[in-house]
Amino acid sequence: MSRTVSTTSPPAPVAKQDRTARHRARQKAPGGRSWRDLPLRRLTPWLFLLAPLALLVTFTYVPVGNMIYYSFTDWDGVSPDRSYVGGENYTDVFTRSDMFRVFAVSLYYLAASVVQIAIALYFATVLSFNLRFRNVFKGILFFPYLINGVAIGFVFLYFFQDGGTLDSVLSLVGVHTDHAWLGDPESANTSLAGVSVWRFTGLNFVLFLGAIQSIPGELYEAAQLDGASRWQQFRHIIAPGIRPVLSLSVILAISGSLSVFEIPYIMTGGATGTSTFVIQTVKLAFQFNKTGLASACAVVLLAIILLITWIQRRLVPDERVDIV
Amino acid sequence: MTLTAPPRPRRRLGIATPLTYLVLIAASLVVLVPLSVVFLTSLKTSEEVAGGKDALALPDNWLNFDNYVTAFSDGHMLTAFGNTAFILLFSITGTVIIGSMTAYAIDRFEFRFKKLIMALFLVATLVPGVTTQVATFQVVNSFGLFDTRWAPILLYMGTDIVSIYIFLQFIRGIPISVDEAARLDGANAFTIYRKIIFPMLKPAIATVVIIKGITTYNDFYIPFLYMPSEDLGTMSTALFRFKGPYGAHWETISAGAILVIVPTLLVFLFLQRYIYNGFAQGASK
Repeated sequence: MSRTVSTTSPPAPVAKQDRTARHRARQKAPGGRSWRDLPLRRLTPWLFLLAPLALLVTFTYVPVGNMIYYSFTDWDGVSPDRSYVGGENYTDVFTRSDMFRVFAVSLYYLAASVVQIAIALYFATVLSFNLRFRNVFKGILFFPYLINGVAIGFVFLYFFQDGGTLDSVLSLVGVHTDHAWLGDPESANTSLAGVSVWRFTGLNFVLFLGAIQSIPGELYEAAQLDGASRWQQFRHIIAPGIRPVLSLSVILAISGSLSVFEIPYIMTGGATGTSTFVIQTVKLAFQFNKTGLASACAVVLLAIILLITWIQRRLVPDERVDIV
Repeated sequence: MTLTAPPRPRRRLGIATPLTYLVLIAASLVVLVPLSVVFLTSLKTSEEVAGGKDALALPDNWLNFDNYVTAFSDGHMLTAFGNTAFILLFSITGTVIIGSMTAYAIDRFEFRFKKLIMALFLVATLVPGVTTQVATFQVVNSFGLFDTRWAPILLYMGTDIVSIYIFLQFIRGIPISVDEAARLDGANAFTIYRKIIFPMLKPAIATVVIIKGITTYNDFYIPFLYMPSEDLGTMSTALFRFKGPYGAHWETISAGAILVIVPTLLVFLFLQRYIYNGFAQGASK
């Protein structure tokens, strides 16, 4: 079968033209070539797409569709019968104070993301210049991002526990405290948000560093000849160069702070006011068998994240983020 | 590969002040101290840990590996290692095949609904996996895959759109004349994919294997949700289960945490360059 295909292939000149103006040539496929019209030929891309599409639909679109459907029912996730309850679940999400309170916890993580982006930006700028042990520092700053979340959770449980790492380090510098870091909501959320900064700064740092390094070096040289200061170089050369990555980081930060799960779930299990929206949703669905209500929560979160992404696309239209 | 252009030689004058170094060293300490303390703790005996001594104190015997033995034997870390390896093997192989096939079909063919298909993949990147698990769970359950290792494998394979983008970007850089030449020699579309395109994708495959490998290895949510059985623990969930029985035994928990971290550290040390580039690409898609 491959033989017949080959004998009716386009003549060599077409292939050559393809090489030079590949995209144009491909869009208006050379007409009248019989092999392009063979039914098998038209079927080929679908053969390749069969498995990927089946997986995509089964594990992304079917769940999203079902989730929206469940959110209008009172289903418990197991029993065969479920009844339609209209928008009741959504009313619950927005009016029950215990349901909506978890959004406040996101604010801690949102604040932490701001700190995280600032720290990452500082180190990316510093390490884009030539200095000793540059790669060592780069490696150390990035490594936390690669560590298993459960391991990080345990490392920091020990860090914050009574007489643990933090207390010991503080007593080294003369501060003696028996503050229970994970003991009250405010302190616990601040501590957990701190862990999140520790964990994720490395990713932002590497993204920024890549963007800064793709700025042509001549720009700096010219600026230096003109007597520009470090700050002026940052303001006028680096800042515009990293704008796309910065806007990407902001989106990741916002959707990330709304969907925090691992660190608080592993460290506190959502106790002492550290429960987040996702922890609550998981508990509703898998501990309290309130699939309907949990679905409504998930739909709300999904809608918020899609909305934020949409706003970002509007504000910074068609920004191609290409790194390194 | 197009994405790993060699870093431009830094010719800028580095006028790093002592203060810069001080800040960098401080930041390194912030990263390293919590980890080092856990490493120290993993070498201590339970008397040393419970004895109310300073958390920063050095262990009495630097060669005390008892906690590691406990973590390995009682903590089911070996089973966990096997399960994680099994899941990694299948999900990465699947991701590479599926991702490269999708990219090949989308980039090399003109067909109806192509725009729609691309939009389907694009929109799926926006749907955060954590939110849909409530309903995904029911789908997995209806296939009878709940509490089997195939549940995470299928989920990692089916919901990884990032690697499709990495392949797509790479495949665009392969001249179409390569395909045409092979077709002249009598190759059909599948042969071209298998014999020509796939081998040329090696750098992209390396990137996908590394970032997919690390994220799968570190994932907690999916194995936690889909594989509650004790003997189906992965590195993440097996470590998580240390919390109950070893609640007060920090030396054992520390040993477990170090056991989970060491493979990542080794991979990082040997494959640094790929990792930076891979994660930078992965995050920006």
